[in-house]
This record gives sequence, structure tokens and C-alpha cells, in this order.
Amino acid sequence: MPPELVEHRNTSTDTNTDTGTDDSARALAGLDALDTPTVNRVPWWRRASRSVLPPVVALVLIVVIWQIVWASAVTPEYKLPAPAAVWDEFLGIVADGSIWSILWTSISRAFLGFAIALVIATPLGLLVAKVPVVRSAIGPLLSGLQSLPSVAWVPAAVLWFGLTDATIYFVVLLGSVPSIANGLVAGVDQIPPILPRVGRVLGARGLASARHVLLPAALPGYLAGCKQGWAFSWRSLMAAEIIAAGPALGIGLGAYLKNGSDFNNIAAVFSAVLLILVVGIGIELLVFRPLERRVLRARGLAGA
Amino acid sequence: MSKVTLTDSGPGLAEVRPAPATTAVDLTGVGKTFGTGTAAVTALRGIDLRVAHGEFLCLLGASGCGKSTLLNLLAGLEKPTTGTVSVTAARPSFMFQEAALMPWLTAARNVELPLQLAGQGRGARRTRARELLELVRLDGVGDKRPHELSGGMRQRVSLARALAAATSTEGDAPGLLLMDEPFAALDAITRDVLQGELLRVWEATGTTVVFVTHDVREAVRLAQRVVLLSSRPGTVVREWSVDEHGPELHDEITGRLRQVITSHAA
Repeated sequence: MPPELVEHRNTSTDTNTDTGTDDSARALAGLDALDTPTVNRVPWWRRASRSVLPPVVALVLIVVIWQIVWASAVTPEYKLPAPAAVWDEFLGIVADGSIWSILWTSISRAFLGFAIALVIATPLGLLVAKVPVVRSAIGPLLSGLQSLPSVAWVPAAVLWFGLTDATIYFVVLLGSVPSIANGLVAGVDQIPPILPRVGRVLGARGLASARHVLLPAALPGYLAGCKQGWAFSWRSLMAAEIIAAGPALGIGLGAYLKNGSDFNNIAAVFSAVLLILVVGIGIELLVFRPLERRVLRARGLAGA
Repeated sequence: MSKVTLTDSGPGLAEVRPAPATTAVDLTGVGKTFGTGTAAVTALRGIDLRVAHGEFLCLLGASGCGKSTLLNLLAGLEKPTTGTVSVTAARPSFMFQEAALMPWLTAARNVELPLQLAGQGRGARRTRARELLELVRLDGVGDKRPHELSGGMRQRVSLARALAAATSTEGDAPGLLLMDEPFAALDAITRDVLQGELLRVWEATGTTVVFVTHDVREAVRLAQRVVLLSSRPGTVVREWSVDEHGPELHDEITGRLRQVITSHAA
């Protein structure tokens, strides 16, 4: 904005001369105009073409290579199916409707497991972050659990809970709780120390401080932890479903994959793996990516 | 409004005490020691200081003069080891070298935060935040986030927030603004303009200001009274009433500051 367009009429009578404050107001307006950071907004269609086009091209290339390798017949048919055969298998489960029950079984488990994990991990993470004794006691354990593949818990869980849903949820929780809690701890640790101090000076104490300063300030780290926690819970769920299969458990994506393998149906195995991938990526892209983008952009932490 | 200036230009005038009603801050024999035994560090010793309501006071000193400790004592964030601190102003509020705005809140919501913490309703909060942003000449940027503002604008939002905090409690007591080198991180041009703005806001609001700085020029330009502190431990060396001195005051204060610093050599 050019300075001559800014008219600040000073009504205060305390000041010495009217022209003096007018000058000051103009100088200030000029400075603001010069110093304000410029933000370049990229139009959505360009952003979309930049972020959607490359992966689509890559996907098409992979399918083309797959088709070429299959057509060259270097591997026997029962090891590498044709892309068209996998597509037919996929259309088959869509046609007989079993895809919906398979997807629902797995996704509902993953969501419920993730929700329970959130409820456990959030207070746990806050405790570890804010109470030094708790941190030194279980902090290392929490980080250690994060690097332990949760599939290692499946045999023990089967012995404890049998082939029931409890086994599945136990494995999913052990996969995702450490990630979410650690994310929250990292988020709290990365809060600039000046912010809680300012909060205290402005009158934030105890719970008000947690609500108005601590939690919002830790949100980016917490969200990153949730994203990773989701990936871990989805991964653990698949491992559990593949290993622990039984009549009480129904057919989820993992069991569908296991059945395909048991019946030497390589097209079904491929179709299951692709479905697992698509669901995992889909949730990440539809839920976590937009959420994270919003949070980071509001703080000026992500490029437009 | 009436401003009471303590014209204390020599040690003999320390007995001139204003009536209690006009004193915003009263420090008597204040000392602060951190740690115990051989590891003890004395930050402040024997500080006697009175600040009148509506006065603009600059604390000047080199590193280690305990300026920040003194401000923390005034804000009630720390307790003195010896002596008494009494603050009769409304809630003291702070401004730091960094604007330290909450990055997830808009400028207006940042100004509202202390009012929200004091339990004020939404409507009153919004109105007050708009008034204060207008006062620091930031009308129209209330919806912007801190990262969308320049350093000078952020520091003005911070000033508006501090003013909101200083007046967040009901009552007639004027606010007390504690400023810890608030302009030190800004470029020279912005600093110059903001110093003028701070004086304008101070005159318009009648707030008491205790302003810490390293910069003699800044102290002389802003303050009604300049208090020079020594370093390790911090004690009051001298004070000057700016109105009573001519342009030679800057050199005189600089000379004394040099003396204080030189005494720490070797």
C-alpha cells in the first residue's frame, strides 16, 4: 500500500503536535508495507498437478514394467500373475460383494484400535513429558517398544487370548501406543521455553496453561506421532490378521491374503497386498495429510 | 493525567518519598542470591527503588547487572532473598526481546489471550483487542498469524497483548509494563519508529513502564528517569532525571557506565 493512501487521523490530545504523530503514523505504515513478509499462494490446480501427476505417472510405469516382465515369461505364471488377472480377481470380489465385508472388518478394527491407542497414549505421553520420574522410568521403554516389531507379540497374544479379537487389538495397541506417546513427548520437548513463560506472565496456571499453551504448542509433534501411530497400527493389524486366523475372527484383508497364499492363488495375494497398500495410503492422504497441512500452515511452518 | 516524577539526582534525595498512593513499585533493601554456600551468586544487593504511577523508568546496565532478575521480582515470578517488594499496580505484564506470540493464534486472539485467561467474556475480549490493536496502529491485521507479520508488527502485537494483560483485572489501578530490552532484536529504523510509538502509547494509556536496556541513547530518549545499575552484584549506582538535564546527559551517563564496566577488568 503506498503511504499516501494511509490516512491516520490522530484524535489524541496528549501528543505534542498533530503533524508529528501523523508523520510517525505514516512512517509506521510505510515500514509495515515494506517489511511484511510476502506469501506466495500457489493455485490449487497447479498444486494438484504437481502432487498428483508424478505418482500417477510412476504407477502407470510400474504396471507397464510389470506387464512386460509377465509377457516375457521369465517367471512362471504361479509366481507372477498378469496385471489383468489381478484386476479380474479384484473385480470378482467386488462383484460378489465380499470386498466390502473384508474392508469393513479390517478398517473398523484399525479405527477402533487407533482410537483406543489415542485414549491410552495421550495421557501417557503427557505424563512422560512433564513428570521427570515417569520419564526416566518408562521413557526408554517407550522408545524401545517403538522399535520392537509388534508382530513379535502375536505368538504370546495367541497364547493369552486365543484366536479372538482381543489378540488383534492387543497387537495393534502395542504397535501404535508407543508412537503416539513418543510423538507427544517430542512435541512437548520442542516447545520454545519462552512460550510457557509468556503463558505464566499472562496468567496461565495449571490446567489453563496445558489447554491454552502446552497442548496447542505441542500439536505439530503430536500429529506427527498420530500419523506414525496410524501407520504402525495398520501394519500390526495386518501382521496379526495374517498370523492369527480363525473362524471367530472373520475375514479381513490379512485373512484374505493368507487364504490366497494357502490356495496358491497368486492373483488374490497380489490383489490383497494392493488393497492393503491402497487403504493405508488412502487414510494417510485423506485424513492425516490435510490435518497436518492445516496445522502447519496456520503456524507458517509449511510451504504454501 | 498527572505524572509524578521522582527528581532524584543525587544520593541525598533518596529520602524524598512520594505518598504511598502514587507509588506503583516500592523496593526496599532488595537482594537476591541464587544457590547457597560457595556456589552462591548474588544477583542483586541493597536495591532501593520507587516508581510512581504513570512513570517511565529505564534501568540501564551492562551484562550481569541483574536487570532480568529485578523484572522477575517485580512480576512476582521470583521472591527476593532479602528486603521487600511491593507492587500496587494491577497485574504486571511483560514484554520480551522476542515478541513470543503464540504461533497458532491470530494477532487478535493473541491480544485476547490474557483477557481469556482472566475469565472475560468473548464480546468484551474482542472489543478490547480491537481497541488495543488500533492503539498500536495495527487495525486490520487482527486476522493475520504471527508469521505473516514483520518483526516490528509482531512486537507491537506483543505490546498490545502486554497492555491487555496489564488491564485484564477489574479495578482502577493503572497497569505496570515490564519491558526486557523489547527493541533489541529489531533493525535500527524499526527501533527508532517503535520508540516513538511506545512513548505515544505510554502517554495515551498512563501505564507505568519499567524498561530495561543496554542502550544509553534509548534510555535517554524514552525515560523520565534513568537508573544505572552496577554488575555482579547489581546495585543502584546513580539515577538521573532526564527532564532536568540537557543534551550532555547522554555523555555523562555513558561515562559512568564505562567506569562501572572498567571496574570489572582484570
